[in-house]
Amino acid sequence: MTATTIHDIGYRHYGGPRLGRGYAIRSLYSNSLRGVFGLGRPGRAKVLPFALFALMCIPALVSVAVRLVMAKLVPTAPPINLFPYRAYIFDLQAISAIFLAAQSPQMVSRDLRFHVMPLYLSRPIRRFDYILAKLAAMFSALLIVFAAPLTLLYLGALLNKMNAWDQLTQYGPALGGAVVYALVLAAFGLCVASLTPRRGFGVAAIIALYLVSYGAVSILQGILVANTYDSAAGYVGLLSPYTLVEGFQTWALRQEHTGIGYVEPGAGGAVFVVVVVAVLAAALGILVARYRKVAS
Amino acid sequence: MTIIATRGLTKRFPRVTALDRLDLRVEPGVVGLVGANGAGKSTLIKILLGLLPVTEGGAEVLGMDVRTSGEAIRARVGYMPEHDCLPADVSATEFCVHMARMSGIPPSAARERTADVLRHVGLYEERYRPIGGYSTGMKQRVKLAQALVHDPDLMFLDEPTNGLDPAGRDDMLGLIRRIGTDFGISVLVTSHLLGELERICDHVIIIDGGRLLRAQDIGAYTEATKTIAVEVAEGRDTLGHRLADSGLQVRANGRDLLVDLRDEETYDVVRDAVTDLGLGLVRLEQRRHHISDVWQERPA
Repeated sequence: MTATTIHDIGYRHYGGPRLGRGYAIRSLYSNSLRGVFGLGRPGRAKVLPFALFALMCIPALVSVAVRLVMAKLVPTAPPINLFPYRAYIFDLQAISAIFLAAQSPQMVSRDLRFHVMPLYLSRPIRRFDYILAKLAAMFSALLIVFAAPLTLLYLGALLNKMNAWDQLTQYGPALGGAVVYALVLAAFGLCVASLTPRRGFGVAAIIALYLVSYGAVSILQGILVANTYDSAAGYVGLLSPYTLVEGFQTWALRQEHTGIGYVEPGAGGAVFVVVVVAVLAAALGILVARYRKVAS
Repeated sequence: MTIIATRGLTKRFPRVTALDRLDLRVEPGVVGLVGANGAGKSTLIKILLGLLPVTEGGAEVLGMDVRTSGEAIRARVGYMPEHDCLPADVSATEFCVHMARMSGIPPSAARERTADVLRHVGLYEERYRPIGGYSTGMKQRVKLAQALVHDPDLMFLDEPTNGLDPAGRDDMLGLIRRIGTDFGISVLVTSHLLGELERICDHVIIIDGGRLLRAQDIGAYTEATKTIAVEVAEGRDTLGHRLADSGLQVRANGRDLLVDLRDEETYDVVRDAVTDLGLGLVRLEQRRHHISDVWQERPA
């Protein structure tokens, strides 16, 4: 291609439709969601998110496979899943925690580090729209990671001719729990990641906060349970993201409890709902305050 | 039609007044906005984009009020910031498509326009590689492309030649000129280097300390003046005195003597004086204004 041909083509003006702010927000949302999974990025950016996604799904597949074989070998075996719906996300939390830590910074720190914000802000969107699109994208990414294995479990159960309604009563609430997990974790991850333009710091900070809070909760709960303060141990769960949502779904979605410590079904459990709402509101407040300071 | 108009535009930050009762009227074309660092150029652009609140006065861009129509203005304006603003991990194509969509262009049109615009700015095979591996010149082209990809009516280019080598600078200036003439898009381009704006602009606006210093057609700055510059190898002052004795207005300017041109005979007087004194004449020319004279002639 030579310079001459380029000049001959000439500049063409655009006469088509110009979609407004809503479309711009949706474009940012879909671009960010693709970015979480490394789509539209070089190959190596896809490795980690897809590996973690696969890791999340493997136990569900194993569960379905085991059930298939069991049904053949022992026709009288009780129709249970190796990994129950209600505990799936909580039991595999290490995987989604790594996913969150690795992908939140790439979602927001990157735009800060490379000063992309002025370009976004010179488009027909507002600062709050940016925050909203990024939160929605991270929420959707986590929901995909959570809902995919749960759905595999459910489809596997149907394949195994287990009672569809009985399965649905477990699958449905578990999906509801997945929504709350995704909301809380997305807010937590983006909040921490938005505080630093350095990707590495973001990853380390999220992992550290997760490990420290979960470790502290586990130790405290262990001590309290050993001294038969089971209820108090349950409330300690408010202090770490996964145990918080676990408490929420135990109470609000009437799910059987996972992990140690136990909050009596009753008014006390409502605290978990209040704290979940408070955490989401606080995270939004922090993000708004943070992005008010980002230069346009 | 006026593309940019400001009336008594004032912007005060807690410690500094960035713009001080600025009155501007900018007509379509390639317009240079000149000022030293800190003169208020970037602040003006941010206000015109509707991103910074105005302290006093008002401004309109493409006939829209910056206070109330920021989004509508930003949909029709392209902005190329002064500093780095490109993510390293995506290709120029991927990035420009995304930015076109952020400006409201539907997906398929965004891809078409990206291909067009990247070709116009001179990016070819490399447009599929991550931007992180680009040279400064290529990055500047991508920054220009993302400001052009949604076919704006007006572009704000903030120091587009920053960090470029002389060849890259020439290419960039040529591109900007072409955007103004061939593409028919108005451009407001800032620079602290006057010389490069002389080459590409139809009009030049000079601001200093947030105030308007001068706004004129480029021709007005560079028209011939009634002054001739005389340079001699040695004996500048001797010649100066001799010419002053002949009744000419003379002042020293570096190695030159600036002599007011009364009529054609002034040349002869200078020539004769040089010959009589036996000096070596290096240069004798009628001076033209450069934009930069605005700075030197300004009362301190």
